[in-house]
Amino acid sequence: MQICRVVGTVVATQKNRKLEGAKLLLVQPLTLDGQPRGATLLAIDSVGAGVGEQVLVVIEGKAAGQALGRKAAAVDAAIIGIVDALEVDR
Amino acid sequence: MQLARVLGEVVSTMKDGQLTGFKLLVLQPLTAAGDPAGRTLVALDSVGAGVGENVFFVRGREAAFPFYPAEPPTDASVIGIVDHWDTE
Repeated sequence: MQICRVVGTVVATQKNRKLEGAKLLLVQPLTLDGQPRGATLLAIDSVGAGVGEQVLVVIEGKAAGQALGRKAAAVDAAIIGIVDALEVDR
Repeated sequence: MQLARVLGEVVSTMKDGQLTGFKLLVLQPLTAAGDPAGRTLVALDSVGAGVGENVFFVRGREAAFPFYPAEPPTDASVIGIVDHWDTE
């Protein structure tokens, strides 16, 4: 899982049938210091996250499908938690 | 599977219902020499690991297997605490 910040919403009327009703958000992966790292990606949201929040994102097909609750859905990333706090000891 | 050091924990109240009760650990993958290697990540704990410990973890769809028959939505899981390792 990666810690990401939600940076936007995506609206798509015409999409794969398995994605109907799914909320799509744009997320930016972060370092532990909160700096952007790598390319933004699209993830389905199953926890009610909003723009600006830090979230946990699974980037793997089976896990994302499990979060969506649909088998064989064409998804590869899903938001599965909103980060309240990060306790890092370095 | 890869070696990693547990750097911390993630607190998340609003999360997928299938993750309730599980611990989320921040991991730093390690080289065989014990140096940091690559990006940090968050993994689901299946062995009771804690901050500062050396562990090994699995990525991919197999990451849900330790919790069978439950299938939590995870792409990485800690599956062992390393007592020590040796390289030649």
